[in-house]
Amino acid sequence: MNPLYRARKRHNALLLFISCLALAFGLFWLVWIFGTLFYEGGSALLRAQLYYQMTPPPGDDGGLANAIAGSLVIVATATLLGTPVGILAGTYLAEYGKKSWLASATRFLNDVLLSAPSIVIGLFVYTVYVARAKHFSGWAGSIALALIVIPVVVRTTDDMLKLVPNSLREAAVALGCPTWKMIVLVTYRAARTGILTGILLAVARISGETAPLLFTALNNQFWSLDLNRPMSNLPTVIFQFAMSPYADWHRLAWGGAALITLAVLALNIMARVLFAKKD
Amino acid sequence: MSAVLPIDESATTDEVARAAPPRPPASPRASWGDALFENLTRLFAVLVFGLLAAILISLVIGSQLTLNKYGPSFVWNAQWDPVQENFGALVPIYGTIVTSLIAMLIGVPVSFGIALFLTELSPAWLKRPLGTAIELLAAIPSIIYGMWGLFVFVPLFQSHLQPALIESLGSIPVLGRLFAGPPLGIGMLTAGLILSIMVIPFITAVMRDVFELVPPLLKESAYGLGATTWEVMWRVVLPYTKVGVVGGIMLGLGRALGETMAVTFVIGNAHQLSASLMAPGNSIASALANEFTEAVGDVYFSALIELGLLLFLITTIVLAFSKFLLMRLARHEGART
Repeated sequence: MNPLYRARKRHNALLLFISCLALAFGLFWLVWIFGTLFYEGGSALLRAQLYYQMTPPPGDDGGLANAIAGSLVIVATATLLGTPVGILAGTYLAEYGKKSWLASATRFLNDVLLSAPSIVIGLFVYTVYVARAKHFSGWAGSIALALIVIPVVVRTTDDMLKLVPNSLREAAVALGCPTWKMIVLVTYRAARTGILTGILLAVARISGETAPLLFTALNNQFWSLDLNRPMSNLPTVIFQFAMSPYADWHRLAWGGAALITLAVLALNIMARVLFAKKD
Repeated sequence: MSAVLPIDESATTDEVARAAPPRPPASPRASWGDALFENLTRLFAVLVFGLLAAILISLVIGSQLTLNKYGPSFVWNAQWDPVQENFGALVPIYGTIVTSLIAMLIGVPVSFGIALFLTELSPAWLKRPLGTAIELLAAIPSIIYGMWGLFVFVPLFQSHLQPALIESLGSIPVLGRLFAGPPLGIGMLTAGLILSIMVIPFITAVMRDVFELVPPLLKESAYGLGATTWEVMWRVVLPYTKVGVVGGIMLGLGRALGETMAVTFVIGNAHQLSASLMAPGNSIASALANEFTEAVGDVYFSALIELGLLLFLITTIVLAFSKFLLMRLARHEGART
């Protein structure tokens, strides 16, 4: 074999080996993080108190009931606020705007918004809502999270509606169906699973968001489901407890962290299964 | 084209409808419904369209006080003194850029390696599970990275890796200054390392997607000429997709710049400018997360909001550039096929 070719082959083998190492590097952190999370959080998850007792003062035993309830309320409200806006805007992009300048520009800005730092969204809601209302509230937190839901839903709705074959639309119009009815009864139905996948991914994304809640929902040590008052939620409780020097609080924080991660994982798996079934 | 003729598959409903002879007027209720629905959806599209501008305007108004007081000098003033009310953004900007650069230095080559493995080396049955596993890294909430970093990674890093780094690299002239100082565990290097793990799934996903765009014919020609797998990747696939790859790197950079919780846990939150990567520092996002709810006084608030404004401007420019590159690649692709 000619020496140049041998050198090239060696070079190739070395770099491909490094590529395998890169993959191992990525998987290594994944396994390590999940391992720690369930090792540390597992025992906390099994204690029933976690689900019915309130967040304790330092040194006391307690649970995360108010934080879990608050998180559920905030995430549900945010989803209810953000999803219709996202679906309607996405419908405009795919069904009416298409390649017009408004639609193209909106798509561009929406994609920028999709990756915009969530802490800035929190700051925005603080300046336009919290600073005016003069108090932190569950509503403010929900609005901040809704602003994160919107770009995700717009993007998936737009993409999924574009996948619906035109012959379906033409068949509906040929039968005398007005455009709005065609969209609502035919294209939405055809793109249903895709849009639902997008919503699930959006919920997964906001379930773990912490930064936008710090300046909006704040926190609440007590049980409160009043959206007009500061509301406890898992991410901020985890942040507060993990940054504290108390071992009890750390244990609860690990429990909360494991709980959030399980929820996010479950949502991601549901979205994947749903999407795979569609094909 | 008349509507009676076989319909061109690529023509959209609108084009067909426009080309068709005028339809008899629909019932007034139906056209009323159409106008309502179209304008309703347009209203929400405009809302999304205006959202970025609304964020920008609200942040500018919110930081009016410091914008007027300090002007552009806010950006290069290294002081951050809430007591004297003297604020400058240099330290957080420096921390944001340094941590993001560390993240890119580690994240980009690793993502390239993973994308290479997934597109060229992996057996077909492993592609999906391995790809999903890497994507899962993006699903982990950032607060989990922060907590894991603080409780698990920092102690190990402090007791094992950092002393070794300081010993070996700290004595090199010039470069050594980056690795000088006591091993604290927390600091800019730690934050950069954790950020690098967080950006890997984003950059890998874009790289994988654009690598798949390379026509097989092109790769087969190179293989046919006797090129090795690496040569095909480096000399054929990468030049062909470089616009998209840079777009993916920019997307990762945009994520790293704005990442808040993971950085807040491990960067150390110290307003100090230090050449050493081992030293604690501050990033824009972590300064906001730490100080915003405790800020007292209008000037302090305004300074923090101006920090947010700077972060917003930096990330928006990076992300818009990324999106622009990826769109150019897509259009290029569309023109070619």
